[in-house]
Amino acid sequence: MNDLILSLITGIFVGGAAALLGSLMVSRRMALAGDALGHIALPGIGLALLFNFDVTLGAVIFLVLGIILIYFLNLKTSLPMEALVGIVFVASLALGFLIIPGKDLEQALIGDISKVSFNTAIISLILSLFAIFIIKIIYKKIVLLNVSEDLAKVNGIDAKKYNFIYLLLIALVVALGIKVTGTLLVGALLIVPASSSRNLTKSLKGYSFFSAIFGILSCIIGIIVANYFSITAGPIIILISSAFFLLSLVFKKG
Amino acid sequence: MENILEVKNLTVEFEREKIIDSLSFAVRKKDVFIILGPNGAGKTILLKSILNLIPYKGEVIWDKEIRIGYVPQRVPFVKDIPLNVSDFFKLKAVSSKTEKALQMVGIKDKSFLKKSAGELSSGQFQRILIAFELMGDPDVLILDEPMVGIDIEGEETIYSLLKRLRQEKEITIILVTHDLSTVFKEATNVLCINKKKMCYGAPRQVLSSENLNALFGGEINLYKHRHE
Repeated sequence: MNDLILSLITGIFVGGAAALLGSLMVSRRMALAGDALGHIALPGIGLALLFNFDVTLGAVIFLVLGIILIYFLNLKTSLPMEALVGIVFVASLALGFLIIPGKDLEQALIGDISKVSFNTAIISLILSLFAIFIIKIIYKKIVLLNVSEDLAKVNGIDAKKYNFIYLLLIALVVALGIKVTGTLLVGALLIVPASSSRNLTKSLKGYSFFSAIFGILSCIIGIIVANYFSITAGPIIILISSAFFLLSLVFKKG
Repeated sequence: MENILEVKNLTVEFEREKIIDSLSFAVRKKDVFIILGPNGAGKTILLKSILNLIPYKGEVIWDKEIRIGYVPQRVPFVKDIPLNVSDFFKLKAVSSKTEKALQMVGIKDKSFLKKSAGELSSGQFQRILIAFELMGDPDVLILDEPMVGIDIEGEETIYSLLKRLRQEKEITIILVTHDLSTVFKEATNVLCINKKKMCYGAPRQVLSSENLNALFGGEINLYKHRHE
């Protein structure tokens, strides 16, 4: 199959899933969590590039290790979570730079989906659909948790369980997104479309819908433009996405 | 009258400091049970512990299969989320008949459902929260410092709303306040706390000026003129 079509399939589904999940993160003041996690994945990407296995797999392994590490550090100290994430994040970044071969550094940082294999595209598609399916199931519960954790708990929502699923979803979607935009830009894949959508809508349905649409459109346009000029798609996707954000400011509602 | 809640020796500690110190009391069915105390007395903490939202020592025994509604004092992040009133109601697991829920809290205008939750006044939003909890058909409604004297479109205050609810359905109300006039007007039973129990019983019997003075200390002058 044509390279362009395979990268479009990957971009559309990963971009849609990331933007949909991002709509939950923007409203929870977790806008920067995607960035932090993206960097925590860097050593895993290094190992994947070094030993020639899929970067998403490498990223997932280190994301899960990173989350577990943060969890245990949190039990050991009373430092705020942000500080712990910050420490794990810079340590991973440093380790990542040591591991990643110089010639592959650019790919790790800003991604490369110009040559995805058929298998990779299909796996990305399936994992993205899985993520979207889970997001749909937990969406309202996470929104109520965002509104008030106490109110959610009194209404029978198991906050620990849903926060954990939510965190795992972020890790999965970040790992998928890294392939499209690299570790530096993956945070933008999550939050910029949701921020644009937030400007345009006042209802929950419109918000998640337009967020996904912005995410998908940015990926389609970005990948086609990058392909035409033979440049890396990641930065173009994020620039298109940011242009949508500027445009959304013009049409801002209230 | 039968008890629907029994609390025995409830103690809550944060970093080895006792916020609530071995408190015991009971709430009867159809009570308007008011928890009175100065700022920082541990009233919200008491509510959160009987709701099992925070860890505590002692016993909190609710009647079997009781349905509890909770109206927190503040819902700080609602402005961050694009949510209209109808969306907010749909977050309820058993969201049925949103219009009926609105009517129950005295809002007849259906277009209210389209209003953005973040743009409502605090009095209006509190009403929406009460409607949200009423959709679960609770046996007990727990309110943390409901707005005093704030009304909607000049019609009905939160207290006249609660009074009407008690006439329409068999509901028990547990309410936290630092406003003394509310207690005299509304309560069937009052529990005064300042970390530990200061007084407990029917308001006219237990709210003597000595007790109030002990409870509020210097603040008492603010309240005394209402005590007639």
